[in-house]
Amino acid sequence: MRVSIAGASSTKFGKHPESSARELLTDACLGALEDAGMSPDEIDELRVGNFMGELTDDQGHMGVMAADYLGTAGVSATRTEIACASSGWAFRNACTAVEAGVADVALVAGVEMMHATGIQRLTDALADAADNEYENSCGLTFPGIFGLIARDYMDEFDVTREQLAEVTVKNRANGVRNPISQYQEEVTVEEVLEARPIAPPVSLLDSCPITDGASAVVLVSPEYADEEGVEASAVVVGSGASTDTLALQDRASLSRTTAAERAAKRAYENADVTPDDIDVAEVHDCFTIAEALAVESLRFCERGEGARFTAEGETAPGGSIPVNTSGGLIAKGHPVGATGAAQIVELTKQLEGSHPTQVEDAEVAVAHNVGGSGASTTVHVLEAQSRGGS
Amino acid sequence: MPEWFDEVLDAVEDGEPFYLSCESCGASSLPPRRICPDCGSSELSRKDLSETATVETYTPIHVTIPAFSDDAPYTVAVARFDEGVRLTGQVSDGEEVEIGDDVRLGVGENDEGRYLTFEAF
Repeated sequence: MRVSIAGASSTKFGKHPESSARELLTDACLGALEDAGMSPDEIDELRVGNFMGELTDDQGHMGVMAADYLGTAGVSATRTEIACASSGWAFRNACTAVEAGVADVALVAGVEMMHATGIQRLTDALADAADNEYENSCGLTFPGIFGLIARDYMDEFDVTREQLAEVTVKNRANGVRNPISQYQEEVTVEEVLEARPIAPPVSLLDSCPITDGASAVVLVSPEYADEEGVEASAVVVGSGASTDTLALQDRASLSRTTAAERAAKRAYENADVTPDDIDVAEVHDCFTIAEALAVESLRFCERGEGARFTAEGETAPGGSIPVNTSGGLIAKGHPVGATGAAQIVELTKQLEGSHPTQVEDAEVAVAHNVGGSGASTTVHVLEAQSRGGS
Repeated sequence: MPEWFDEVLDAVEDGEPFYLSCESCGASSLPPRRICPDCGSSELSRKDLSETATVETYTPIHVTIPAFSDDAPYTVAVARFDEGVRLTGQVSDGEEVEIGDDVRLGVGENDEGRYLTFEAF
């Protein structure tokens, strides 16, 4: 695959009680277009990731909404819903549309307004990514699913809560340097362990926050970039996606994210790279356990070693493979439908050399975006434009 | 709840829980599947499921959903049956469980409807 990223932008992540999905979505899209030096009338395809607009802010049909508010009603525009991987998948669909020649220019965006409803209704809405009869009917929640996974993982691989807490400590430290990050304060392992229990072993500080926000990315074909003089920031060179059983209970192992393993394998093969080639990664750390599983699925370490790998500093800035230099979902925030696009925004900055937690000489990056309990995953490999030509 | 899940709950209440067994490859699965998730065969037949299972993992739910807002904290567990399927259920009456404990499958009910439960014994 070879699709150019011409521009990328995120709104501030956090609480936006005075704003709305259409405003944040428009702001992110205009920001990405401005970054690309392009105008809305160049867009051929518009893909919007959004998980639960109907349930939080009573708004569906967000593909059309984005096109309308960009003044481009008339373009092909759709919304993609695949839980928390919605804009990761929207990004994949846009990349394949450009690669197939269906579009010269595709705008990918994602948005979620999670403060537009109360905590119990939000918890109920998030649980819709799980199996309604087999999981939700008995009172299982989304953090609860990751509580189940974390306990199984800790038991099988002799992992401690302290080791998992290091994910939050690292990501919160990275978040302090990221101006869009929802959280701007560091925390300690002790604070993570002593935080309010949500679904033990998952505490409040093992969890990502509730977030409003939007992100957008402009994709162009390399030919369009050449013809129109568009300066690309980075290049998408690999895409992989996979799915697993809807319900956690139906998987061979409760603490193994097989969909992510398959998506990573496909993306690496598509990009013709190996895990050793990756300089920086943005992964789906909705809970601390999820980042431990992510670094295993991306094959940065062996299965069962993800938490220890993190606790040893391998994924910190300056480590062997810096992960979530943005602060990740845990610090930056997780407006679920925007997260996949937000990861691309952050990695584009890394590959341009303009990230607030810059990895030196970052040339190859990977994004890992997960839906549900791991039932869906997209993985994308990006390269610096300067590395291009291959 | 859809009719198929009512049927699952009725069977548990009647002491006759069932699962689906693939005639072609022998894999176990749960209703209302039409095809075997392992081999794709549509030859699935109902077989008796044990009434007891072994806890594989669990979590106490502190932040809950409206249907269970008065009950938190309560524990949800995933338990494995000898027949090769797992189920997810709420642990009855605030009991405590550990990984490896044996539990008995049952049905609970609140204002929102019925759900699967596990009772420690």
